[in-house]
Amino acid sequence: MIEIRNVSKWYGPTQVLKGCSTQVAKGEVVVVCGPSGSGKSTLIKCVNGLEPFTEGSIAVDGISVGDPKTDLPKLRARVGMVFQHFELFPHMSVRQNLALAQVRVLGRKAEEADARGMSLLDRVGLRAHADKFPGQLSGGQQQRVAIARALAMDPICLLFDEPTSALDPEMIGEVLDVMVELAQEGMTMMCVTHEMGFARKVARRVVFMDHGEIVEDAPAGAFFDAPASDRARTFLARILHH
Amino acid sequence: MGEFDFSVWGPSLPFIRDGLLFTLRLTLIAMTGGIVFGTLLALARLSPIVPLSRVAGAYVDLMRSVPLVLVILWFFLVIPYLTGKPVGAEVSAIITFTAFEAAFYCEIMRSGIQSVSRGQVHAAHALGLTQAQAMIHVVLPQALRNMLPVLLTQTIVLFQDTSLVYAIGAKDMLKAADVVGKNYNRPVEMIVLSALIYFAICFSLSLAVRQLQKRVAIVR
Repeated sequence: MIEIRNVSKWYGPTQVLKGCSTQVAKGEVVVVCGPSGSGKSTLIKCVNGLEPFTEGSIAVDGISVGDPKTDLPKLRARVGMVFQHFELFPHMSVRQNLALAQVRVLGRKAEEADARGMSLLDRVGLRAHADKFPGQLSGGQQQRVAIARALAMDPICLLFDEPTSALDPEMIGEVLDVMVELAQEGMTMMCVTHEMGFARKVARRVVFMDHGEIVEDAPAGAFFDAPASDRARTFLARILHH
Repeated sequence: MGEFDFSVWGPSLPFIRDGLLFTLRLTLIAMTGGIVFGTLLALARLSPIVPLSRVAGAYVDLMRSVPLVLVILWFFLVIPYLTGKPVGAEVSAIITFTAFEAAFYCEIMRSGIQSVSRGQVHAAHALGLTQAQAMIHVVLPQALRNMLPVLLTQTIVLFQDTSLVYAIGAKDMLKAADVVGKNYNRPVEMIVLSALIYFAICFSLSLAVRQLQKRVAIVR
């Protein structure tokens, strides 16, 4: 589903991605982790072309992301993304947030889009909040709305960019519950996260990055029980400590 | 000259009203047109197409570096050359103010657009919205809302600046007061009256903006 081959990226003279290669198969959940500044957020943003890359290639469902001939908006409409800071549109109600792209991008009728949005709100347990504005919701609620907004486009895969890093600890669980459910239903997911409990529970593979490189790409069990590199061991010791 | 005689205010009111109506019309048209053209100018200035952003930038710099009175006079003299016939002081004033204010609203809209975070644009793009759709549905509504108090403050300035159309003889409120003052030989009383009206309108608008600012501050 997602093929990343030898992707490198420079910001001026600084290289932020160094020959990264990995893939996510259909129905697979892959967790990307690593210390901050390791390039994991940059890498996931390359997958739907929000960040351009300098070398290598990325294909999603066989479509090349870096090809200038690719209709990026069309491709992105099929790839859902959930952001660290939710990025709901603050000037629109929850209902409008869910409907906007369905109507403008997929060309659905307003009622159809609204019905789809409401059923997804139901699913994340927020139907009662449909007419509120994002600013009136807690962080956890906003992130669940953001997941529903991504799902409303009927995506073929979902990208998560540190979906719980900006949340208060007591709200992390409600967001992870939704993500676990999606994973168990067979959604293809690439998740940048430090939630190792989540990774253990649903990830098939873990990709560990440091300094712009993919240091390890291993089955989840093997990664947690016997990390191959010192850097991964140090990282795991640090984040599993508390 | 003796004492003041404010009894001239009564008979002057119909003239003042007509003048005030023109002043308000000029303000509203220049504000609407200025915000529309100013937004387009801001988009041009922020555009990655270098020649476009240069031209827009040069236009804004030019307008902001020349005294308004000169722009008013210059347009009044040049527009007939462009259109081939005289257009009258009122039409000339409307065109001038729209063109001039666009430069100021441009800078406000530009900072408004830049005040919307990159994350919002990313989210819009990630949903499949095109560049233009992201701008229209996500960025501009937020930019307008963020900049509303500043836009209205600029409009108050615009309202006061319209008095400069006296330079080309357009019949705004100040001109009406001036004419009545001369006819009744009571210029000071009429200037006091127009100053009071300008003050009353601008002061209440300022209070309204302050209220609005408080409300916007709570929502965010």
